[in-house]
Amino acid sequence: MTSKRLELQSCTIRFGGLTAVANFSMVVGPRELVGLIGPNGAGKTTVFNMITGVYQPTEGQVVFNGERLNGLKPFVITAKGIARTFQNIRLFPSLTVFDNVRAAFNVHLAHGPRHAWWRGGKFRAEEAQIETKALDLLKIFNLDRHRDVMCKSLPYGDQRRLEIVRALATTPKLLLLDEPAAGMTPTEKKSLMRLIEFIQEHFDISVLLVEHDMRVVMGICRRIYVLDYGIKIAEGAPEAIRRDPKVIEAYLGEEPES
Amino acid sequence: MSRARLILGVFLLFLLVLSLAVEGVLATTFAYYYDVLITIGINVILAVSLNLVNGYTGQFSLGHAGFMAVGAYAAASWSNHLDPVVAGVLGGMGNPAATNVCLVVSMLVGGLLAALAGLLVGIPSLRLRGDYLAIVTLGFGEIIRTAILNTDFLGAARGLSVRGNYTNLFWTYGLAGICVYTVLSLVNSTYGRGFLTVRDDEVAAEAMGINTTRYKVAAFVIAAFFAGIAGALYAHFKAFITPEGFNFFRSVDVVVMVILGGMGSTLGVILAAALLTILPEILRALAHTSFMPPAFQGLLENRLIAYSLLLIVLMLTRPEGLFGDPSAVRRRFIRTRPK
Repeated sequence: MTSKRLELQSCTIRFGGLTAVANFSMVVGPRELVGLIGPNGAGKTTVFNMITGVYQPTEGQVVFNGERLNGLKPFVITAKGIARTFQNIRLFPSLTVFDNVRAAFNVHLAHGPRHAWWRGGKFRAEEAQIETKALDLLKIFNLDRHRDVMCKSLPYGDQRRLEIVRALATTPKLLLLDEPAAGMTPTEKKSLMRLIEFIQEHFDISVLLVEHDMRVVMGICRRIYVLDYGIKIAEGAPEAIRRDPKVIEAYLGEEPES
Repeated sequence: MSRARLILGVFLLFLLVLSLAVEGVLATTFAYYYDVLITIGINVILAVSLNLVNGYTGQFSLGHAGFMAVGAYAAASWSNHLDPVVAGVLGGMGNPAATNVCLVVSMLVGGLLAALAGLLVGIPSLRLRGDYLAIVTLGFGEIIRTAILNTDFLGAARGLSVRGNYTNLFWTYGLAGICVYTVLSLVNSTYGRGFLTVRDDEVAAEAMGINTTRYKVAAFVIAAFFAGIAGALYAHFKAFITPEGFNFFRSVDVVVMVILGGMGSTLGVILAAALLTILPEILRALAHTSFMPPAFQGLLENRLIAYSLLLIVLMLTRPEGLFGDPSAVRRRFIRTRPK
């Protein structure tokens, strides 16, 4: 077992003539909380899509637990233990809160259509087990009282949390959170920070956080990578990042020449 | 024993007793109503199975008549050539046991061959989405029809006489019951929630570990299987089939049943299948009443005009169908989802 859970080895991704991410390397260790920041359009979500198999890297390798992920379909990668949330919430709108979580248990399902058709003892035992697990998860996040509510009628913050619950239902070893604080109030952001730390400890997983809000990232991540125009401009501890002139320039712009 | 299976068992038993009691009287004395009743059963099988694809899985297939044709012609050819062999084991043709066994065997042949066709069409085409899939399935249905039209072995344009008049109330409604049971038991399981996630958001479904292509193919194959069975029942009911019985408009009929009933609502689709089978009959009866001006007769007798009117009114007033989930449709047709 390596001390690297996820490793990107000089990954480049091009869309036609546009290089979205260039020669990007990063490491996420076991139980580590890593941040990935950068201005709008820096390629953060592209990095996510590359890790989860939505896009394939043009060059370089994505390695997870010592295994190469290049060329694998997203659902295979999820089964290997990487789960994600989306920047714009993508719950299953016609399903209830409970069913959104239940659907995610499909990854490690022992039964298939045959068993669902026959409804035998084993099938029912597994269904009961899934129901318990799903409800336990919902309980941890205080969403169990909404179990039969259609997910789209939940308040915004709850929808964000439900998406995290759904991702956790796939029993990941690495959780990718794509701008979880987007659109949240400062109070909500604070509780989100606590929540992410709680998840990391309680579920014993690594978390990679893409975020816009500096306060959130600086507050909880031990290591931070900074992307600008698809190029890594800095990496290190939050204090170092905060003082890095390149980062300041990327976020605040260059000082005008006088 | 699970509750769902128990309900199916009780339904089948009840149906057996009922059909033993009334089948004879219905088929001889009320032949017209019997005919309508069987047609309703066949349409329920077609609509409920298509609903798994178009409703629950959110794919738009326009080729259901094609699978029905595969089932009908496969079952008919099988019966025409091999029924004496099958019946021979069971004491010769005409024996009720042999008749029922022949029907079941030929239904299985029709269903399995249609399912195979579903698999062959499904694997390459289900990578397509929305309108493109509709076009491919439409093309498939037309290919099947044209192929039969040009195959002498299947009677070509002359049509094909089918040995035996096997279809009865029990098997028609029994299979309708099994079809409803299959769709509902699949959808109402952790596995089956996968169909709904494919309809709701394919990207999110894949990210949750759901193999969307496999789900689409599964839905397609299961639906094709039941369409094939419906085709076999139809062939053994009409005792004579022509390629024109499985044209594009037959597919549209089934799609209209699904839309009218409400995509993703099995109860609604069952009711719509019954309603849309009875409606042309009522209109025809109405057309021939003495007070109806002759000018309207043609209009009333043409079911497509009635269907179109019904659809227009429905889309304006209740786009989700009679029993559908309103939000599901609003998302389907008024979708604004940034990448």
